[in-house]
Order: sequence, then C-alpha cells, then structure tokens
Amino acid sequence: MAKVQGAVVVDKEGCKGCSLCVEACPQGVLNLHKEVNSRGYHYSFMETPEACIGCSNCGVVCPDTCLTIYRVKV
Amino acid sequence: MELKDLIKPENLVYGKSRLLEEEIMHYCPGCSHGVVHKILAELIEEMGLQEKTIGIAPVGCAVFAYNYIDIDWQEAAHGRAPAVATGISRLMPDKFVFSYQGDGDLASIGTAEIMHACNRGENILVIFINNGIYGMTGGQMAPTTLEGMVTATTPTGRDVARNGYPLKITNLIAQLPGTSYVTRQAVHTAASARKCKRSIKKAIQNVLDKKGTSFVEVVSTCSSGWKMTPVASNKWMEENMIAYYPLGDLKDSVKGENVLEN
Repeated sequence: MAKVQGAVVVDKEGCKGCSLCVEACPQGVLNLHKEVNSRGYHYSFMETPEACIGCSNCGVVCPDTCLTIYRVKV
Repeated sequence: MELKDLIKPENLVYGKSRLLEEEIMHYCPGCSHGVVHKILAELIEEMGLQEKTIGIAPVGCAVFAYNYIDIDWQEAAHGRAPAVATGISRLMPDKFVFSYQGDGDLASIGTAEIMHACNRGENILVIFINNGIYGMTGGQMAPTTLEGMVTATTPTGRDVARNGYPLKITNLIAQLPGTSYVTRQAVHTAASARKCKRSIKKAIQNVLDKKGTSFVEVVSTCSSGWKMTPVASNKWMEENMIAYYPLGDLKDSVKGENVLEN
C-alpha cells in the first residue's frame, strides 16, 4: 500500500488557539505551541510531523482558515 | 521526505479560498461562523458564482460578514434580511441571493419576515446559525435557548413556565409549501462540516434552479456566550443542542418528501 505523507502549514498570526484542529487530527500530529503569537494566542503547530497523513480534517474545522495542507504519496 | 520538499503548490490538498479576504475575522476563537463563512466562500468559488452572488448580512456577530467574503453584500435592519433578499432577488432574478442570519435575528426579531419569505417561496438561500444565545450583545436568552440553559438573562436557567419553550423554527419552516429544501446541519467535526458543505451546495443549486426557498440551519457553538472552551462547547453542543435539534434533512421536495405527509 502506498504510504502518504502530509504537512500542515500554520498561519501563526491568524491562529487563535481554539485547538479544534488538535481535536480533529486523527493522528495526534497537532498541538498548541507553548509560545504565543503577537495577539497572545498559543498557535497550533505540527508536534509530530512524520505522523501527518494530509487528511485535511484540521483545515476543514479551522474557523480562521489558517491551515494549509499538503500531501504526497511516497 | 523532507517537509520543505513536500510543501509545494502541486501537493496542495486544502487551502484558503480565493474569496476569503486576508483580514483576520473578529469572531472569538473556535466560533462556528468562521467555518460556515469558509464553506460559503469555497462553494461560491467552486460553482463560479462570485460575480452573481449577493449576500445579505444580518445584525448580530455576522454583521461584518461583508468584510470577509469577496462578493457583493447588502446589510439589512435587524431580522429584515429575508425582506431585503426578496427585493433583490425579484429585481435581479439572474442573481444568486442568500441571507445569513443568527437565531436572534431570524427566530426572534425577524420571525415574520422569514416566515412570509419562505411561504412566498422566494428564490433565496437562507443560512441560519443557531447557537441558542444572543452572542453579540453578551449572551442573553434567545428563543432557541434550551430549557435549563444558563444565560445572562436567565441566570438560573431557562424556565419554560416563565420563558416558554425553545423554538424549533426550522421545523415550522419545513411545513411551508414555498420551501424546497430544509435541512439542519452542524460544523463541529470534519465529517459534519463536509456534510454541511454538501447540503449548502445542494441548496445553492436549488436556488439557481428556481425551486423556491432553501433553508439551511447550522447548529453552532458560542463558546464566549456559553462560557466554555471551544472544545468543551463542541462537546456540550453534541450532547445538548443536537439532542434537541436533531441533524438531517427535514424536507427535500426534489425527492418528493414532505413533512406534512409523514
């Protein structure tokens, strides 16, 4: 079976740290960063990027559309 | 594979719709409005309707919707969005007109307008965001507030003896002959958001085909008004709101279903 690898690019300034993407991720890839952006929100980031399958669930539930998802078959 | 090799335009699977403005939305973290705006922008882009669409912005949190989606907008007085949409769609029948309203706007102040617009079967799409509370003004009780739900004006919970019962306005609208498609959706999970997108797409197609009013209720959260985190709000919504406002199609005249006959 072809393995897929995905990546999530987070718009750090647009993120409001609602953590809905963290909940939506089936692979537990995303988490909130311990640092904050200029507006004081703990932004989302890829904690375990190698586990990402590029399913876009995080992007679909993100209310602020600050996630861009890429996927490739390897 | 290195991440930098992966992040290339040809590998893009999901990104921001071209119709969404760069401006950061004023909504609170985790607000369902953002997801519904995004779905609308994606569909208008995918269906090639940018030049044809006129949205009616409500009074409520979504009043600034015109700042976020790059289409033509008209702001309406509180609750009067369906009346304004009626005027626009009758004068410009080749346009796709939709109103975007919250529960305070649609189910309370604008009850007469929505009922009569739907009963006349105007060719418009109505997006109804139901979060059971007046979000913008500070979390007061709305007609859709659940029994026992604590709000700023019902600090001990909604008491039906004093405040009446939560209004299932979508069920009333489904009984009107002017409506062609009436559905209740949610956007709290990726699966439900994708399903909601399919429903709104169908509703838009119905309006384009001049089948009458299409009405899409989206059961939503208001984490600020409910005084919960966005994740807890979604859980609470699933357990309480969706239990009272069950998801699914209430009427689909394309398939010949009618609640009056059931």
